[in-house]
Amino acid sequence: MTAERFRIGFLPLVDAALPILAHELGFAAREGVAIELVRDMTWATVRDRLLYGHTDAAHMIAPLAIATALGRDRPAVPLAVPFVLGLNGNAVTFSTALARAVGLGGALGDPAAIGAALRTVAATRKAAGKPLRFGVVHRYSSHNYMLRYWLAGVGVRPDSDVEIVVTSPPFAADALAAGEVDGICVGEPWNSIAVDRGVGHIALATAQIWRRGVEKVLAMREETIDERRDAVEALLRALHAAAAHFVARRTAEESADILARPEYLDASRDAVLRAITDRVRVEPGGAPIHYADFMFQYREAANFPWRSQAAWLYSQMVRWDDIGFAPGDAATAAAVFRPDIYRAALAGSGAPLPGASSKLEGGLDEPIGAGSTQGRLMLGSDRFFDGRAFDPDDIEAYLAELP
Amino acid sequence: MRIAIIDTSTTRAAIISDGLREAGLDDLVLIDPAGPLVAQVEAAKPEVVLINLENPSRDLLEDFFAMSRALARPIAMFVDQSDAEVTGAAIDAGVSAYVVDGLSKQRIKPVVELAVRRFQAFSRLQRELDDAKNALAERAVIDKAKAILMKRREVDEPAAYALLRGQAMRTNRRISEIAEAIVTSEALMGDME
Repeated sequence: MTAERFRIGFLPLVDAALPILAHELGFAAREGVAIELVRDMTWATVRDRLLYGHTDAAHMIAPLAIATALGRDRPAVPLAVPFVLGLNGNAVTFSTALARAVGLGGALGDPAAIGAALRTVAATRKAAGKPLRFGVVHRYSSHNYMLRYWLAGVGVRPDSDVEIVVTSPPFAADALAAGEVDGICVGEPWNSIAVDRGVGHIALATAQIWRRGVEKVLAMREETIDERRDAVEALLRALHAAAAHFVARRTAEESADILARPEYLDASRDAVLRAITDRVRVEPGGAPIHYADFMFQYREAANFPWRSQAAWLYSQMVRWDDIGFAPGDAATAAAVFRPDIYRAALAGSGAPLPGASSKLEGGLDEPIGAGSTQGRLMLGSDRFFDGRAFDPDDIEAYLAELP
Repeated sequence: MRIAIIDTSTTRAAIISDGLREAGLDDLVLIDPAGPLVAQVEAAKPEVVLINLENPSRDLLEDFFAMSRALARPIAMFVDQSDAEVTGAAIDAGVSAYVVDGLSKQRIKPVVELAVRRFQAFSRLQRELDDAKNALAERAVIDKAKAILMKRREVDEPAAYALLRGQAMRTNRRISEIAEAIVTSEALMGDME
């Protein structure tokens, strides 16, 4: 049997781990799949290669997959997300000057308290005609939406009280050092690298803003799923096996060795290892502290593409792009996530499979058993920092209540 | 029609602008890759932007275009279903194009096609240059190996070359590989006598 070949585009980030490990550690080969990884430096290039067939699948920021399917900025191309590559794993990092002004400590603080202090600084800077500026990795990124959700929630209006610009992750530390931005919201290892270089101070993990926030996804052209259904399912099983391996504590060192290599992240092995093991060095010279679920994988069916996650991202697109809620768009956005493919791929594997395809996001305070068609599914707290919950069936009401 | 060219390779940028000028498109702005990108593009007010696909500033640039929706003539993405073939060819060649809204397709198409041809020409040139460099390096190694053989075996140059060639043919390897092996072993064991 010749292996089914998948070229997978990725950016050098820790959460590109699953396709990389599936390839390196033989999980793909075991499923009869060959993975060829294509490294790029911008999401625009990752997207273009996917749309024009240079790649078969891509490690992608979830909102970009939805924006592409909705035809924001370009003609729409139907994309499908059958697998989530990870939850959270990002952080908000301030320049050392802003960290001093806000009074950040040596631990991850309370989002509301940091927000209150930030509001004062933001007002002073705006009055002085030099508003605070934050860098996010892409307009259609969860980083942008998480940062905006937090800022708006603490009374700092994005675009009017502070500026938000795009800064590519590998250049984020440089931008902080040069004073081009006062803060960044990027994925690991780039926050840690800014701290290690002495130019940044981590203010918050995005997991503090939304405990179970959807992050990178595996995106494909919809036609690929239709034409290569069996191979796609084999690929998902390989990624799921890689995820099970990745979360085992004993594998962290080996995973960091592989990911840090020049052909993948080409980054500090130590910074990668900290991200994998949920340890965060908050300030330059400080000792790494443990923050549980900094980056979340595998457990609680974390790789399952909940349609409600796609719906939340769409709600934020409506909110910040000011495009107006449209039921048709909402349906298109939610349908990008394909729990049906995930279930089909993992049926019979023993992996917990949620019975529902959509859920109330941010509704759980503590772990609870959830309905499943296979295996035993537990879901942990998935709170937003402000305690709001998102009902995917009533996006308009949710939007009306947001600040 | 003003065209801005953004390229991490200044040589390639020059090759593209030469091509456009020859085609009578001489309202060109070359963006300095070392300077502030968005400010330069904003000041240039281009109707078409050509950028190399792998340019690390593309996300930044696309964000600026998205923000420019508020402007009188916003820059949109070129990618259009009816032009998927042209765009696909552009992506294959490694070039990406953006145009202002409302610019007619007939005017854009030749620009993109020309850019594609120039990108391909640049790749070809680079390949030729690499080949030439390799050939030069090979020549140098072969000359060195010949000199070693002439000294050790006390033969003249044609005989030394014949030795190399004979060994290459017998072992089904390239002459340069044999020469490299000789030079390496001479470096390691040359003064053992």
